[in-house]
Amino acid sequence: MNQGVQVVGLYVRDQDEALAFYVEKLGFRVHTDVRNGDYRWLTVQHPDQPSFQLGLFAPGPPVLDAATAQTLRAIVAKGAMPPLVLNVDDCRAAYDRLSARGVEFTQEPVDRYGNVDAGFRDPSGNGWKMIETRR
Amino acid sequence: MGGVDPASQDPELLRRLLRAKDRMDAASHEAWPVGRLAGVSSVSEAHFARSFRQAFGVPPHRYLLTRRIERAMALLRDTDLPITEIAFQTGWGSLGTFGRTFRDITGENPGAIRERVRAAANELGRVPACILGAAHRPDLTTAVSEKRRRESDGINGSNEKELP
Repeated sequence: MNQGVQVVGLYVRDQDEALAFYVEKLGFRVHTDVRNGDYRWLTVQHPDQPSFQLGLFAPGPPVLDAATAQTLRAIVAKGAMPPLVLNVDDCRAAYDRLSARGVEFTQEPVDRYGNVDAGFRDPSGNGWKMIETRR
Repeated sequence: MGGVDPASQDPELLRRLLRAKDRMDAASHEAWPVGRLAGVSSVSEAHFARSFRQAFGVPPHRYLLTRRIERAMALLRDTDLPITEIAFQTGWGSLGTFGRTFRDITGENPGAIRERVRAAANELGRVPACILGAAHRPDLTTAVSEKRRRESDGINGSNEKELP
């Protein structure tokens, strides 16, 4: 597939911290990590999803002025960014595995409408729903 | 609202306040006195309620009420539990307090809501439940009156003091 969404970005408070979280805890892989001065283009990828990259971007100069960056950091820290959803084969097993690695879960696995879902946050405050869909 | 721009709050503090909000979300039926919430956020009790309201627009106790009512509405819609049982499961110490707070916030009685939302419920399984819950969250822009708050002594955790 050559057409479609390639990168969707998150704002994170610290790119090193976010990289460690998404790679070491969630099991993503680094796709691109390049710097130009203060700017760092950093994307990671789910191992099962080679056509999609998740960008981990820090709000700040040169893209954004200091006041705007501060507002965005506050919004992320308040958990006010849009919801993110991660599909998993086995929600309870993933919950056990990620909890053991220190992922901050906001909701334990719950059966709902025949699916199982749990909730966690990344260190910055971005909220993920982790869903096992009944097949 | 205190005259402080929320964006001026330290993101590290906001992240810790979010943790307290998350904990209320995860266990809204439990008692959440301000000391417990302040502990989750690693801030002093004196600063917690004010900081929380600056960050999230409502005092922590009122936020907890919205979550309890939201959960009660879900149980009314999705289960056949008696209303008394729903009141206790969602954290109220008495049925009377539950009913009054429910009417204050939604404008309807629990039984009437149960009939109405059941008639309207369909296709909801396609939306993640957390997002559905947020969409159905009662909007508490109007303050629960002082009278009601005094009456709500039966509410778990109402021993917390909200700053003006």
